[in-house]
Amino acid sequence: MRKLALSDEILLSIQQPARYIGGEVNMTVKDPSKVDVRFAMCFPDVYDIGMSHLGIQILYDMFNRREDVYCERVYSPWTDLDKIMREQNIPLFALESQDPIKEFDFLGITLQYEMSYTNVLQILELSQIPLHAADRGEDCPLVIGGGPCAYNPEPLAEFFDLFYIGEGETVYYELLDRYKANKAAGGTRKQFLELAAEVPGIYVPSFYEVTYQEDGTIKSFTPNNPHAKETITKELVMNLDEVPYLEKPLVPYLKVAQDRVVLEIMRGCIRGCRFCQAGNVYRPLREKGLDFLKEHAIQMLKSTGHEEISLSSLSSSDYTQLEELITFLIDEFKGKGVNISLPSLRIDAFSLDVMSKVQDVKKSSLTFAPEAGSQRLRDVINKGLTEEDILNGASQAFHGGWNRVKLYFMLGLPTETVEDMEGIALLSEKIAETYYDEIPKEQRHGKVQVVASSSFFVPKPFTPFQWARMCTKEEFIERANIVRRKFREMLNYKSLKYNWHEAELTVLEGVLARGDRRTGAVIEEAYKNGALFDSWSEYFDNEIWMKAFETCGVSIDFYTTRERSLDEIFPWDFIDTGVSKEFLKREWQKAIGEEVTPNCRQKCAGCGVMKFRGGVCYEGKN
Amino acid sequence: MKVRIKFSKQGAMKFIGHLDVMRYFQKAMRRAEVNICYSGGFSPHQIMSFAAPLGVGITSNGEYLDIEVEDTEDLRTMKERLNGVMAEGFSILSCRRLPDDAGNAMSLVAAAEYTVSFRPGYEPENTENWMKEIAAFYDQEQIRITKKTKKGEKELDLKPLVYGMQAEGASLRMTISTGSTENIKPELILDAYYQAMGQERPAFAFQVQREEVYAENAGQKSPRFVSLEMLGECVE
Repeated sequence: MRKLALSDEILLSIQQPARYIGGEVNMTVKDPSKVDVRFAMCFPDVYDIGMSHLGIQILYDMFNRREDVYCERVYSPWTDLDKIMREQNIPLFALESQDPIKEFDFLGITLQYEMSYTNVLQILELSQIPLHAADRGEDCPLVIGGGPCAYNPEPLAEFFDLFYIGEGETVYYELLDRYKANKAAGGTRKQFLELAAEVPGIYVPSFYEVTYQEDGTIKSFTPNNPHAKETITKELVMNLDEVPYLEKPLVPYLKVAQDRVVLEIMRGCIRGCRFCQAGNVYRPLREKGLDFLKEHAIQMLKSTGHEEISLSSLSSSDYTQLEELITFLIDEFKGKGVNISLPSLRIDAFSLDVMSKVQDVKKSSLTFAPEAGSQRLRDVINKGLTEEDILNGASQAFHGGWNRVKLYFMLGLPTETVEDMEGIALLSEKIAETYYDEIPKEQRHGKVQVVASSSFFVPKPFTPFQWARMCTKEEFIERANIVRRKFREMLNYKSLKYNWHEAELTVLEGVLARGDRRTGAVIEEAYKNGALFDSWSEYFDNEIWMKAFETCGVSIDFYTTRERSLDEIFPWDFIDTGVSKEFLKREWQKAIGEEVTPNCRQKCAGCGVMKFRGGVCYEGKN
Repeated sequence: MKVRIKFSKQGAMKFIGHLDVMRYFQKAMRRAEVNICYSGGFSPHQIMSFAAPLGVGITSNGEYLDIEVEDTEDLRTMKERLNGVMAEGFSILSCRRLPDDAGNAMSLVAAAEYTVSFRPGYEPENTENWMKEIAAFYDQEQIRITKKTKKGEKELDLKPLVYGMQAEGASLRMTISTGSTENIKPELILDAYYQAMGQERPAFAFQVQREEVYAENAGQKSPRFVSLEMLGECVE
C-alpha cells in the first residue's frame, strides 16, 4: 500500500482530499531509487484545473517512457491545505511517490496564464525551495518553466533556473541526457546550466544581462556567458504523427474541468487573428493524420473508460479531413454511449448537421466569436468572419431547432470607437430579429436567447498588437457601460443578455503579459502580502497588487497604456518564434489601415515560419 | 441480466467520496468492456446502482453495486476483467448473477457490519479492556442517545438497532441497522458510550472499516440477516 504524505487527520479536515493522494487510473508507478532523474511536473493551480491540461499529460507519458526517469505530478494545494502546510511546516510533495519536491532533480512548471504567477511562488515556497534561482544550492531541484507564457518569461526570470521555449516533445530527452552526464561527472549546477544553455530552445535567464534606457525601455539584452545563445529559437514538432503519443491518459477520481478524452487534431492556426498569441506563436499549422487520430481515439477511450471525447485545436473547422474524422467518431462511438463534443467549429451547414447528431439541440447553445461588434473593427483584428456569415449561421441554426446563441467579444481593441462598441448590441439584436423574422410562431421553442460576453483586450507578445496601447481600468468600465446602455435601447432587449469580465484583473494581466524583469519584484511583493489564486475571483484582491506596485516603485501605465515605438526592444525579442518582427510590424500597420490579410491557405503572407520546412507552408507542395 | 458486484475499498481510496466512486465504476465498466445496459434518451447512462454509500475516511471489505448487462456478457470472466482495470485499493471480490425479479441492492439493505479500532497514536492505556467495556455497555436494556438531526435533536434508543457487538482484541465488531429506515453510523455507537461517561468522542481517534452489508433473510427466522452477496448465484 502506498504511503501518503499527509496524515488522516489532515486529509479528513480539508476539502476534496482526493486532490492530494494520487493513485489514479493510469498513474505511473516506479521505484524512485532505481531511476537517475526525478522530475516533478507542476501545473500551478488546483488539481481540478491542472489535471485537465493535456500538455502535462503528454510530457508525463513521454518522460516516463524512459526507464531512467520518473516523472511525477504536483499541483497547488488549495487554500485550506496551504494554511495547514505552512503551520505544520510540511514540505510540498509529489502525488505519485508522495515524496517532498525538494528531493527531486527537476521541478517543471507550466505557465498557462499570467494570473497563476503567484501560485508559482507558492509552489516554490511550500516545496521549501528558495524563491530566487540565485539563492538555490547544489541540492535544490532545477526549476524549469514552459508553456505559452514562457514566450515572455521575463517577469519570472529571477524565479527560474531555466525555461523551455516551444513544444516539449523535442529536446527534453537531450536536456535530461545532459543532466545525467553532468551528474555522473560530478559537475556543478552552473556547469549543467551551461550545458543546458547550448540546447536549442533552452533559455537560462541568469546568463543574460539587461540594461535600461532613461525612459525605462530596454537598452540592451545580451548574454554574459559564452554558452548562452543570442537568440532562442522556439522548439516545434514538424511531424506530429512521429512523436510518441499519449495512449493512457490519467483518469482522475474527482470530476475535473476536462473529464473526457481530448484528441488533439492539429497544432497552429491559419487564421492570423491579430490579437491572438496562440495563432502566432504556434505557427505553422500542422495536422495529424486521419488514421493516426482514429487509432488514438479508440485507444484512449479504451484505456480511460471516459464517456466523452472532445476534439482539440485552435480552429477545428480548418482540419482538412474533419468530415471524415467526425463521421468516423459518430459511427464508431455513438452507439456505445460515448458523447462527442466539438468545440471551436465554424457554424455552417456541415457543423450544424453533425452537431444535431451529437448533442441535444434543445439543451445546447451555439457559440460565435465575432470578437468585435463592427465589420470595420473585425477587419482591424483580421477576424475573417462577416456579419453575413454570422446571420446565415444563426438562421440555419434556428431552422435546425436551436434557440440559444452565445457571442464572444473583446472590448478595448486598438482603434475601437463608440460605433464599434455599440455594434456589439446591434449585432446581438440582429441575431434576435433573425429568429423572430424567420421562425414562424408555431415552430418556436420559446423566446430566443442571445448572450453576449465581452472580455477586455490584453495586448500580447508576438502578436501584431504587441505595440498597442492597452486601456486603463476606467476606460474598460466606461466602454462596457456604453455597450450595456446600447443593449437597453434594443427592441428585443428581453431576449438579450450582456456580461463583461473583471477589469482590474485584466489590467494586471496586461502588465505581466508584456512585463520585464522589473515586474518580478511586484509579483513577489504581492505574493508575500497574500496574493494567491488570483485567477479565482473569490481570492483575487486588487488592493494587494496596487500596494505592491507602489512599494516596488513600478508603474502600471509603463506596461499598459504607454505607446510603444516601432524600434523599441521588447523584453521577449531574444526569442524567435519563427514569425518575424518585420511581419508583425507589417500586420500592425495593416491593422491601423483596416486592411485584412488572407489566411495561410489562401495566400502566404510571408510571416517567416516557412523556415521550419513543414506544415501548412508546404501543403500541396511535395 | 442482473449482476451484483462485491468490492473492497482500501488504503488511500478511503478518501474517494461516494459520487466519485460511482464515476470510477462507470469508467471501469468501459475499460473492462463489460456489456452493461444503457438507459434510453439523448444522453444514455449505465444501469448501475450502489447498495449503501460509504463515508469518506472509512475502508471496506463489503461494498456492493448492482448492474444490468446484456445476455451476451460472460459472467465467468467478468471479475477477472474488472480486476484487470482496477486502481490500487479497489478489488472486485465477486460477481454474482441475480434472479430477474431480485430487488435492487439499495432497497434491500437492512444492516451492516463494522470493525472499529483506535487510530495509531490515540490508543488508551489498555485497548483490549476499553473494547470489552464498550461491548459490556451495550448489554444494557436501553441505550438512550440524543442524536443531532437536520431539524434539531432527537432522543433515540440505540439498543434495538444494534444487532451484534463484540470485542475482538484491540477492535470492536458491530452489526447495526443500516439503510433507508434507520441508518445508524458506527460513530453514533461510540458517541453514546462517550455521552454516558459525560465526555465527547475525540476527533480522529477511531478508524472504521465496513466488513459486510446485509439484507433481511426473508421468510427465515435464523439467521436474521444474509449478506447481499448470498442473494446472488455463483457463476465463476
